[in-house]
Amino acid sequence: MRTHTCFNWQQALFGLIATIGLAQQALAGANKGGSLAPLLPRYQQECGACHVAYPPGMLPAASWQRLAGNLQGHYGTDASLDPATLRQISAWLAANGGTYKRVREEPPEDRITRSAWFIHKHDEVPAVTWKLPAVNSAANCAACHAGAEQGGFNERNVRISR
Amino acid sequence: MNRTTVSTLARCLAAAALAGPGLLQQAQAATPAELLAGFSSQAGSAPSAARGQQFFTTTHGKEWACATCHGAVPVQAGKHAATGKAIGAMAPASNPDRFTDAAKVEKWFRRNCNDVAGRECTPAEKADLLAWLMALKP
Repeated sequence: MRTHTCFNWQQALFGLIATIGLAQQALAGANKGGSLAPLLPRYQQECGACHVAYPPGMLPAASWQRLAGNLQGHYGTDASLDPATLRQISAWLAANGGTYKRVREEPPEDRITRSAWFIHKHDEVPAVTWKLPAVNSAANCAACHAGAEQGGFNERNVRISR
Repeated sequence: MNRTTVSTLARCLAAAALAGPGLLQQAQAATPAELLAGFSSQAGSAPSAARGQQFFTTTHGKEWACATCHGAVPVQAGKHAATGKAIGAMAPASNPDRFTDAAKVEKWFRRNCNDVAGRECTPAEKADLLAWLMALKP
């Protein structure tokens, strides 16, 4: 009996994944702060479990690398990942970190919310709004940005909580 | 390419398509009952739902209890104490996806026990917690 084995299907599969990754990087390269790169599904799944899956272009690669290197102590919580997942997400963040002029600067504590561009963009939001129970934290983008969970931050979709 | 090669290729592509998501997510399908049996066997003792509830709702030397984010009776969605993000109900009766992936269960026990108790949970504690969650009705 002759058998035909799938000797190369794993390589073919990983080739396909690599191609998808490259396509995502190409899209990210075209990003100038307005439109945003599609999110790596693994990133969305893992990081998005606890908070909005922040678009990678909102922090420079150096900040992402520090965060990825210390997930056991991630802003007061243990967000550790298995080594394979960590490698995949780190590589994607390194390739898609923000390079636009306002994002290049590494913010204090690697917090998006302490970036000069973030503070400037939100300077019309009253202090009381940030403290509303429905907002609770500046990390809760989706409280006002309707498309935040899908990576959309167009100003036309902003509904400031009251 | 002869017909056999083509049909082999087609089968291989189908196999890769089916295996793809599994390979990526390393899903280890399980049932809550199987996971509970595993923890109990490692612990070498019978689980106690009452001890599980006690562990879940009290603090263990740190700021947060499990209930801080998951709610005291987690048959409904909870809310992340720092980010406000919704967390699906933990009780399998309310959320059939819970405790069906061994790797995911280990990941979250590792992280959350560290956040709540500053250490990993013991197999006996995991068995107690799961026994209580499995006893909850929506």
